[in-house]
Amino acid sequence: MRRYSAFAIAREALRFHKGWERAWRSPEPKPRYDVVIVGAGGHGLATAYYLGKNHGITNVAVIEKGWLGGGNTGRNTTIIRSNYLQDPSAAIYEKARSLYETMSQDLNYNVMFSPRGVMMLAQTEHEKRGYLRTAHANALQGVATEFIGPERVKELCPIIETSGPRYPVLGALWQPRGGTARHDAVAWGYARACSDMGMDIIQQCAVTGVRSQDGKVVGVDTTKGPIDCGKLALVVAGHSSALADMAGFRLPIESVSLQAMVSEPIKPCMDVVVMANTVHGYMSQSDKGEMVIGGGTDGFNNYTQRGSFHHIEETVRALVETFPMISRLKMLRQWGGIVDMTGDRSPLLSKTPLGNCFVNCGWGTGGFKAIPGSGWAMAELVARGEPGALAAPFSIDRFREGRFIDESVAAGVAH
Amino acid sequence: MLILTCPYCGVAADETELAPGGEAHLRRAGPAAGEAEFEAYMFHRANPRGVHFERWRHAFGCGKWFHAARCTMTLEVFGTYSAQCTAPPAAIFKAILASRPDWTPTPGQPEPPKPAARARKSAAKPVAKGKAKAKTPTAPAAKPAKADAKGKGDAT
Repeated sequence: MRRYSAFAIAREALRFHKGWERAWRSPEPKPRYDVVIVGAGGHGLATAYYLGKNHGITNVAVIEKGWLGGGNTGRNTTIIRSNYLQDPSAAIYEKARSLYETMSQDLNYNVMFSPRGVMMLAQTEHEKRGYLRTAHANALQGVATEFIGPERVKELCPIIETSGPRYPVLGALWQPRGGTARHDAVAWGYARACSDMGMDIIQQCAVTGVRSQDGKVVGVDTTKGPIDCGKLALVVAGHSSALADMAGFRLPIESVSLQAMVSEPIKPCMDVVVMANTVHGYMSQSDKGEMVIGGGTDGFNNYTQRGSFHHIEETVRALVETFPMISRLKMLRQWGGIVDMTGDRSPLLSKTPLGNCFVNCGWGTGGFKAIPGSGWAMAELVARGEPGALAAPFSIDRFREGRFIDESVAAGVAH
Repeated sequence: MLILTCPYCGVAADETELAPGGEAHLRRAGPAAGEAEFEAYMFHRANPRGVHFERWRHAFGCGKWFHAARCTMTLEVFGTYSAQCTAPPAAIFKAILASRPDWTPTPGQPEPPKPAARARKSAAKPVAKGKAKAKTPTAPAAKPAKADAKGKGDAT
């Protein structure tokens, strides 16, 4: 792999850009791999990357039904934060956030991580108390957050209406090292690094069955023929239930559609990420100037990658109240992604009833921010066969044992 | 916009008028059940890509709970039916199989009536009796409630 650098740009400029090579290979599958990872989204590729980097396992295939990063990795609102309430969540999300800080250098791929700060608005007394509690919890966990008052909110983001009649801004939970990153670049960067380590990324290849022998997985059937494997990692977000069905076990997951939309590009007007969970909308401005807006989930099972229209209206209404200056903004695109929701809104990083088969799913509406931490913990789980400290609390057993990591309210995410 | 016909009041309600209630026909684990059974009842969900049986409440209408059979891939609705039953009535299975001949239930979902002969008999019944049931068994409105009323006495 030729490294990207300022020198490379100068070199290619002098020879009509003929020297750029493909970022990753697209090989045909080999008959057998040590590890097969299903799902070439951020989490799957990060798992592959850290398997190679941290554990020296490079005979790995990443199989993808569609195209690389074409699922939720390419559909999210790119927010990165780690201000969760529960200790296990704070540990894995903060690990992820800290890995984002050095990801561009690590992967030699510019993921445009922008630690511009994330604020979660408190617009009711109840919410304010919740965020004060989270700020205290974060202080104990070593996650840098603070609760700020409405004046500071206005100072950081002047376009917010802080004294609205119905939901005035009472303060905010502020994480200055949270921010955004370019979501496609995260997938592409990992893919390039994985390919460079000799891993095979096989796109347009759907898994049609999971083969097992004596209670252990031995391979998968795909639309490009059977592939044997020593270990199997299922990292397919919204479609986890379907793959678990093939592998012969059930998951505590329901798939729903989450919507997002993006406006026409305008001049820079906000340099922080704002989440307003009471009225339910969140917004940031991309480097192109588009306002990136996240909306709500449907309450019913849905695999259609489009959401209900009334959620768009609700989200836009909430954001116009919060940011009156966007009332005349045109929306360019709207889309949906299929998110995998667990009962406690925390992910699954776990062994499964099928031997040598591991699952990483249930990230629900907040998977993008977790990609490097999730890959790090999942690689450890797959390589050793036992979870490390980061992954251990997120096993499937917690639902049987009543050991929930309840972020459904605590995360301050209203869905 | 998802539109479901309430089997009680017959109103074709769009989803803003309805409250979703999750997967239907879950059987509560009994007092003697082990942890695994209780876990399955509480948390495991079929979450199929395709036919899904689910509960809805006509929240901003008559206020009653009912059931619906819907495709999660296309949002096609196969029919709605009374909440007073523990399995979908035959007419719903018929509507599903008419649209999805290859459909088989995901683990955890109710099974359609098994033998082909019985399925044919029950399908023939309404025609033979020639009452209100004979009309459009696939139509979601009001009929499924009747189909259920004739069916296996699940209501108590």
